[in-house]
Amino acid sequence: MIRTFRIFRFNPEQDKEPRYREYQVECPKGSTVLDALNEIKWRHDGTLSYRRSCRHGICGSCAMTINGKNNLACESQVDTLKGVIWVEPLRSFPIIKDLIVDMEPFYERLKAVKPYFMAGTPPTDKERLQSPEQRKLLDGSYECILCGCCTSSCPSYWADKDFLGPAALLKAYRFVFDSRDEGAQERLVVLDNKHGLWRCHTIFNCAEACPKGLNPTWAIGKLKQKVIKEKF
Amino acid sequence: MGQIEVHRHDVVIVGAGLAGLFAGLYTSREFDTAVVSKVYPIRSHSGAAQGGCAASLGNMMEDRWEWHMYDTVRGSDYLGDQDAQEILCREAPLVIYECEHLGVPFSRTPEGKISQRPFGGHFSDFGKGPQKRACHAADRTGHVQLHTLYETCLKQDVRFYSEFFTLQLIFTQNGACRGIVAWDLRRGGFHVFHAKAVLLATGGYARAWKVTSNSHANTGDGLSLVLRSGLPLEDMEFVQFHPTGLYPSGILVTEGARGEGGYLLNDKGERFMERYAPQKMELAPRDVVSRSIQTEIDEGRGIGGENLVHLDVRHLGEAKIMEALPQIHELALKFTGVDCRKEPIPILPTAHYSMGGIPTDTDTRVLRNSAGEIVEGLFAAGECACVSTHGANRLGTNSTLECCVFGRRAGISMLRYLREDPCLPDLPQDAAEQARQRVEGLLEAKGSESAARIREILQKTMTEKMGIFRREETMKECLATIKELQERYKKIGLQDRGWVFNTELMEAIELGSMLDFVEPIVVGAIARKESRGAHFRKDYPRRDDQRWLKHTLAWKEADSIRLDYKPVVITRFQPEERKY
Repeated sequence: MIRTFRIFRFNPEQDKEPRYREYQVECPKGSTVLDALNEIKWRHDGTLSYRRSCRHGICGSCAMTINGKNNLACESQVDTLKGVIWVEPLRSFPIIKDLIVDMEPFYERLKAVKPYFMAGTPPTDKERLQSPEQRKLLDGSYECILCGCCTSSCPSYWADKDFLGPAALLKAYRFVFDSRDEGAQERLVVLDNKHGLWRCHTIFNCAEACPKGLNPTWAIGKLKQKVIKEKF
Repeated sequence: MGQIEVHRHDVVIVGAGLAGLFAGLYTSREFDTAVVSKVYPIRSHSGAAQGGCAASLGNMMEDRWEWHMYDTVRGSDYLGDQDAQEILCREAPLVIYECEHLGVPFSRTPEGKISQRPFGGHFSDFGKGPQKRACHAADRTGHVQLHTLYETCLKQDVRFYSEFFTLQLIFTQNGACRGIVAWDLRRGGFHVFHAKAVLLATGGYARAWKVTSNSHANTGDGLSLVLRSGLPLEDMEFVQFHPTGLYPSGILVTEGARGEGGYLLNDKGERFMERYAPQKMELAPRDVVSRSIQTEIDEGRGIGGENLVHLDVRHLGEAKIMEALPQIHELALKFTGVDCRKEPIPILPTAHYSMGGIPTDTDTRVLRNSAGEIVEGLFAAGECACVSTHGANRLGTNSTLECCVFGRRAGISMLRYLREDPCLPDLPQDAAEQARQRVEGLLEAKGSESAARIREILQKTMTEKMGIFRREETMKECLATIKELQERYKKIGLQDRGWVFNTELMEAIELGSMLDFVEPIVVGAIARKESRGAHFRKDYPRRDDQRWLKHTLAWKEADSIRLDYKPVVITRFQPEERKY
């Protein structure tokens, strides 16, 4: 079936303003938006630029805005999209070229929450013990692929570019609630301010945008409770 | 084309998957370490590893590293070097504990230990009983290992150059490797990284096939760098086809699905593995299962007579599927529209893993020839390397393990080398010349050939003619096509001539890499007149230890591939017939 794609185009070496270009693409049953982008790039227009790698939703490279919603191109079945398919870069990150955005601000916020395991006790010569129940607390956070769909969809992030954003806060949750980790205090200091946890106004856009079905708003709520409990 | 920017580091690691990051973790403790990667580190293909990472922890049942080694040796069809295989299995528990100490969120047993599950080719008591050896985090094991290592590297201030494409290795007149040249994908421009030690950890190359489990990025760039430097590649003819790729794309369905008890069924609903591996059934090693599936398909018993069979996990029940195989449930649903709780998953064998690669010793030092002479300053680890732990066929869960064990050893080996303070002579004036010609040539090319079209023909040809079953005649046709495509590649033209994120340029360079390394695969396979592990020839269906118990080395010459051979290291286990 032939489908129409209207794609955001911007080449910083040539264009003053971005524009949209339309392509007619043959999409056999089962095609994803990434398949269609590849079809355009490989058969029609080699200049179309986008990131992609694993094409099965684990590397997180191909996050973009598809018919107004953030998603991975490789996980968006064309059949589920109606009418003309609009493909645009992720919102609120600086645009480099076409569908490629500058993810550095996103990674910088991630680094701010000290996104690494901290444990002072010397490791034994075997594994640390962790019960299945303790481990279960990490479900819904460790699966994050850092694609950026959530932070890009967050109105609080649109308004406050110093906001850590849902992805970084979900990463903080993954460590704060890890029974083996001892860095909670150090991390909570970073989170407990107006550009941290408290900038989240529980809008849930992030949960809706997450291609992995995770719920950063819920995790942020748990972190807020933890901060309050520690204080009083 | 503007200034060439020069960076100095003690160590430069090319590739940011598990092997590269493990090495960086070690070298950065004492030396200034840079990791150069064409993708952002967590986008690396290691993250796609699903089922587990093998180690004889014995958390679920008695296990010993000797049993793991026996399985690995037998799985490799005796082509693996047993000194390397011993290291792999002995050090496995150590690296798994180290991963846990770094914070990897493994699944847990009721006692709180790392959970382990069965996997194909892994048994207890020297091949006798079942075994649970695969340490895992649900079915997202590679993902959690990759993210944890990246996070730890951030903590340790490893310097990352992400989205830099490595184009060339730099050597001194004495043949020591002292750096690389890379292209900055984001901004455009050449960067020279001048270093005392260079590690290649660039991963696999199954993108040269049409049906593949691999990322778009898996184009074997590191192997091409080595060939272009006049150095050999080892055992390239051994390419693993994973039995269960999603039909029709080839996206991976973890072997864990069979480890947890999934069945393989043909069009008649038969568990056909009964005919091929009556004892181990679906848990026979991958080469055996892939050949069985392909035979069913070739003999007309594929589903509806088509190029697929079924993987059925319904009998495991919803709770087990959602707890142990959540990602498989998601993948089958998103990419084939199949809910595996209610329907069987359509699958076909898919090009998956390269057993061969850059020859190294067990300290990951790159070898120059069959005499074992090393290339000073150059190291390789992970899938791009050939130590050789996997020989003719890799066991599931031994790949992420190899990345950890030999990535770590690469780190330690480079530390040892750097402590000797090797000299770092000034860069030659024309250090970046080869890279510059390569990129400028492509950016200015006005030919009429399309890189995408050439790649498409290459992938189709490799899938049809260098697949699970091979024959002299079809392999020769494949070689002729490759030669023709190499010529056509010289006449390509790009539409995008810009510097900023020119992904068309990147894909053209990657195609050049693929056209380099596919030739030794085919030439090595034509020369090897036997069947061993993943290399199965219909015209020579038996293993021939007398003539072929040896490793292939292949060099790229002006117009051809030169082959040489070196013996296999055998220490504990003498070759015997493989039965499952």
